[in-house]
Amino acid sequence: MNKPVGHLTAKDFASDQEVRWCPGCGDYAILKCMQRTLPELGATPANTVFVSGIGCSSRFPYYMATYGFHTIHGRAPAVATGVKLANPDLDVWLITGDGDGLSIGGNHLMHTLRRNVDLNILLFNNEIYGLTKGQYSPTSRAGTRSPSTPYGSLDRPLDPAAFALGSGARFVARTIDTAQKHMPEIFKRAHAHKGASFVEIFQNCIVYNDGVFNDFTEKSVLADRTLNVRHGEPMIFGKNRDKGLVFDQKTFKLKVATIGEDGISESDILVHDETNSTLAHLLATLSPPDFPMVIGVIYCAPSSSYERDMTAQMEAVKAEHGAPDINAYLRRGYTWTVE
Amino acid sequence: MKDDEQIMDTFNSTDRLEALDSVVVRFAGDSGDGMQLTGSQFTTSTALAGNDLSTFPDFPAEIRAPAGTTFGVSAFQINFGSDTVLTAGDDPDVLVAMNPAALKVNLETVREGGMVVIDTGAFSTRNLQKAGFDTNPLETPLLDPYRVLKFDISKLTLESVKDFGLSNKEALRCKNMWTLGLMLWMFSRPRAAVIKWLETKFAKVPNIRDANIAALNAGHAFGDTSELGASFKRYRVDRAQAQPGEYRTVTGSQSLAWGIAAAGQLAELPIMFGSYPITPASPLLHELSRMKEFGVMTFQAEDEIAAICSAIGASFAGSLGVTSSSGPGIALKSEALGLAISTELPLLVVNSQRGGPSTGLPTKTEQSDLYQAVYGRNGDAPLPVIASSTPGDCFEVAIEATRLALKYMTPVMLLTDGYIANAAEPWKLPDMADFPSIAVKQKDRPDEDGPFNAYSRDPETLARPWAVPGTPGLEHRIGGIEKSTETGHISYDPANHQRMSDLRADKINRIAQDIPEQSVAYGTDSGKLAVVGWGSTFGPIDQAVRRARAEGLDVSHIHIRHIHPFPANLGALLARYDRVIVAEMNMGQLITVLRDRFLLDARSVTKVSGQPFKIRELLDVIHEELNTAISKAAE
Ligand SMILES: Cc1ncc(C[n+]2csc(CCOP(=O)(O)OP(=O)(O)O)c2C)c(N)n1
Ligand code: SF4
Ligand SMILES: [Mg+2]
Repeated sequence: MNKPVGHLTAKDFASDQEVRWCPGCGDYAILKCMQRTLPELGATPANTVFVSGIGCSSRFPYYMATYGFHTIHGRAPAVATGVKLANPDLDVWLITGDGDGLSIGGNHLMHTLRRNVDLNILLFNNEIYGLTKGQYSPTSRAGTRSPSTPYGSLDRPLDPAAFALGSGARFVARTIDTAQKHMPEIFKRAHAHKGASFVEIFQNCIVYNDGVFNDFTEKSVLADRTLNVRHGEPMIFGKNRDKGLVFDQKTFKLKVATIGEDGISESDILVHDETNSTLAHLLATLSPPDFPMVIGVIYCAPSSSYERDMTAQMEAVKAEHGAPDINAYLRRGYTWTVE
Repeated sequence: MKDDEQIMDTFNSTDRLEALDSVVVRFAGDSGDGMQLTGSQFTTSTALAGNDLSTFPDFPAEIRAPAGTTFGVSAFQINFGSDTVLTAGDDPDVLVAMNPAALKVNLETVREGGMVVIDTGAFSTRNLQKAGFDTNPLETPLLDPYRVLKFDISKLTLESVKDFGLSNKEALRCKNMWTLGLMLWMFSRPRAAVIKWLETKFAKVPNIRDANIAALNAGHAFGDTSELGASFKRYRVDRAQAQPGEYRTVTGSQSLAWGIAAAGQLAELPIMFGSYPITPASPLLHELSRMKEFGVMTFQAEDEIAAICSAIGASFAGSLGVTSSSGPGIALKSEALGLAISTELPLLVVNSQRGGPSTGLPTKTEQSDLYQAVYGRNGDAPLPVIASSTPGDCFEVAIEATRLALKYMTPVMLLTDGYIANAAEPWKLPDMADFPSIAVKQKDRPDEDGPFNAYSRDPETLARPWAVPGTPGLEHRIGGIEKSTETGHISYDPANHQRMSDLRADKINRIAQDIPEQSVAYGTDSGKLAVVGWGSTFGPIDQAVRRARAEGLDVSHIHIRHIHPFPANLGALLARYDRVIVAEMNMGQLITVLRDRFLLDARSVTKVSGQPFKIRELLDVIHEELNTAISKAAE
């Protein structure tokens, strides 16, 4: 029977379907985290919808005991937009991969972000096409060797967070599959944000791209190579919390400075302002080894969402016209009567 | 209204009036000359004069082609009469040519002895050159077979509006109203409706409004007062016999939009219409965008794929998803159509067909997407296909298509075309009270026994339950991967796939029992010859068959609305004729499907020139077919 909201647990969000990802796939950790976090958000299975495209990651909805729609390759943003337009009260999560969301579905993702449809978009970035057995993807680093690029890929990769910002996203965040404390926080923030929330999750594909993110996700380097930004806090990182970002006015770029060196003190370190889009653009494009990989909420600047505006416009027109009457509508303009 | 009295045409004894049964008038000019507006206003006045009518707007592909060129010519043809009119007419009796290019492109369609009205003011050396005339046709024998009325309409217009302070360019724009005034005089039509229309259209620019009205009146007065030659006659076309009731003129795009909104009301469902602009489907998007008060939400998506996907998402979430495009856009939608078939969600897909393949002839009409509708998807992916045959018919067809989509939980393809979309005809206004409501069963709670299976089936219709997100206890997952018939979960079991494929096919085939039996549009339900058509060929086929039967020939007209599945009696009905002709505006598509289903031996008559069939063309075929039948029998 349906339990009251406060009594729901992760189990209530797990479907009875056997999970079919490869053992050790990063997707498991994301799934577990989602099942654990939803009860904390006050979500109910009945009111929650997972919409996905095609890919390993896009099998996600089958494992959730909520409503789910496993659609077609790349088109989940469009389907989810329709779901949200039809019923703005539903909690809609969109699950996509780097190929699904940025290759075949790049167009839809761009427009969904620009329109600011109230969807929680999780892009599982494993820098590879997992489901089709390991071809390189639009996020694969140049030189990636894969079945379709035995001599190394030639095209330059795309940065999902920068793409989202460029598309006009009002909420952009990053997290890591193994960051089981960080990820729920980000899910909560994404869920709380009204409008399109874009979350890139670095997800390890143990079979076709194992360890691509090790340069910043491995325990030994994590603290030195990632910067977890928080609104209003100085952007400090490092095992010894002695490094931070400063703004170089000459080059118009961010720079890593060491606290205690060259006269730099903590007060010289830039404070994160998640509402600043210029800063967000700068943060989104930093990457190791010269910079830390920025995780956390990079940008959050709420604005009215598309489906709410659409509903408001519909209601305004309805209020103006009164009860709908097809017969009367057909008879507007010139009519004549034959006796 | 007192002005109406003055403007209404009165016939005095000095008028020479020639009574005609029907007339075809073609207005042709540069894209910038406002011929479509002139034509549609003439249409309204003609409808108000009580004639039956049919129109054919013939647009150029270019929006603003260079002025004066032949490819920038825009034409509007209207056929009106005192008897039933079902086509825009074969050959114009009257051509109005606003410039040399319009004359060049359209003259050869005018029937011999027909009338050509010419604005000599537009026949400058430059315009003649642009139209590709080496010599001025007004000075050659080219026009000898016609009765020619030529005057400097440009100059006369400028004179008529000189008091309104317009620029020369603005003043010349009133040419079309001057011409309309003359034509209204010529055919004894009232001007009141046009004046009312001008008053609303230009309410915010009084000098433009007044100038246009003045030009209209001046054109009319010109006819009244000038010496048009002793042989000149005005025409009178008497009122048509029509069924009693209230009428208006309607284009296919309008009646389709209204039908979709009406279907939403009958089903008490909100509508989510996702679309992406494309000729000739866009007017439907425009029409529906104005109907928010009926719970119609319109979403201009980033492409056709997003358009159909948003509609599918909306249907999943409990609205009626509708999407619309033309051939190229429907091609883009086909993968998503497969998803809607596999997930068994209700969906209405409208295809306003145009000439193909590829970009083809965007502004010209064709019926060449029938294969695409019936067969054009990967996998065995059946869906109902239904076609509208006239502008007014779209209303009912939209309601019928919606009924099937909701009752059988399936996408339905509705075929219309560029001709139907743009053509206007008088339409007897329906009364919503005459339409039964459309029953919708959205499941609202789980059954007592066992977990919810989203792919359980209604034993009668084989439809699966519609369980809408937000409903507690019915949480389920759907997708394009094959589902188990037993649980609704993913299944890769081969035997299950066979069962599911059978179920999907059966479900659609059963619809044959739920649609009206095929009737005979005109003629008898057996005999020597049947002419079979579908879609917008209704008018020419019907007229041709009527004429042939009036000549005493044994020929009947069968027009198919339900193309997949066919009505249950269609095969038996067709078998009762000695011969069958299938006439369609493609290279022979319906005939393939008919042969496939019924092993039918039929003759294919096709046309893909971008113009509808002429009645005469079909009449010739009927004669030919029956003559051969006679001579064969004699052998
Ligand atoms: C129209 C279409 N084209 C191609 C495919 C094949 N395909 C399935 S998933 C996929 C790529 C998936 O990559 P990604 O989105 O990164 O997901 P992952 O498997 O890595 O999670 C491709 C090319 C398909 N299913 N549909
Ligand atoms: S192929 Fe890679 S991404 Fe796909 S399930 Fe296996 S490990 Fe995960
Ligand atoms: Mg991937």
